[in-house]
Amino acid sequence: MMKFLHKFSSPPYFYSISGRMLPWLTALFLVLLAYGLYGGLVTAPADYQQGDSFRIIYVHVPAAWMSMFIYMVMAVSGGIGLIWRIKLAEIVSISSAPIGASFTLLALVTGSLWGKPMWGTWWVWDARLTSELILLFLYLGVIGLYGAIDDKRVASKAIAILALVGVVNIPIIHYSVEWWNTLHQGPTVTKMDKPSIHVSMLIPLLLMALSFNVYYFIALIQRTRVELLERERNSQWVRNMVREIKQ
Amino acid sequence: MSVQEFFHMGGYAFYVWPAYGLTLIVLLVNIIIPVMQRKQFFVKALKKKR
Repeated sequence: MMKFLHKFSSPPYFYSISGRMLPWLTALFLVLLAYGLYGGLVTAPADYQQGDSFRIIYVHVPAAWMSMFIYMVMAVSGGIGLIWRIKLAEIVSISSAPIGASFTLLALVTGSLWGKPMWGTWWVWDARLTSELILLFLYLGVIGLYGAIDDKRVASKAIAILALVGVVNIPIIHYSVEWWNTLHQGPTVTKMDKPSIHVSMLIPLLLMALSFNVYYFIALIQRTRVELLERERNSQWVRNMVREIKQ
Repeated sequence: MSVQEFFHMGGYAFYVWPAYGLTLIVLLVNIIIPVMQRKQFFVKALKKKR
């Protein structure tokens, strides 16, 4: 296992194997997305209270889940890079930041688009919304800090520490709807007893969440490969690749 | 359900479609940016070689 991990984290090996995985992941993503969208926009019945506006949840909830999941990946891989000095872990960490930031923004804006007709306001300073906004600032802080330091290895250490400190925000986001009396509704899917959402509405939601997850790995691989090329531009394997293209 | 009804979204079209539109933009941008960067990297690297 360790041997496999070691091999997998070697830049040229990762570059070639991830390149071969991309078309399969893309196909899987498109199939899941198509089923999810069809289920969410067409077959799921309109909500008895919210009408068709509830269909926003099919992008809002998966985006919000991804915003937290990607943050954890960013922090954990940053930590791995910090402790074991694995270059690939450092790159996975920084490559996750812009993807996570865009999902956080997406969660905030789609929430706003749902909030206007349902709550009557685009924004409230409620615990859930505020902690999600802080998450966006954490992502932006990570991106800014990384850009501000020239030495990429030093920059990776700095963002790993920032990301790890910011992890404290994740349980706050998750439990905010239980700890405080918020306008944002409580969890309907991720709770101990049965989800309080009908199966015909739940399945498209899970499909969308799964498709967003696969999408994240596609976008992450794309960014990781570019960052690898940039950092390893003077190494033999990158030079060989450039030479092959030239011919 | 007719096509018109589908796009009308029970009167919530103004909120539902921008949400999906923005999602599409976010999904596209996060792929297009690294793909362009990768192309640029090779263009630059090839120029240096010559």
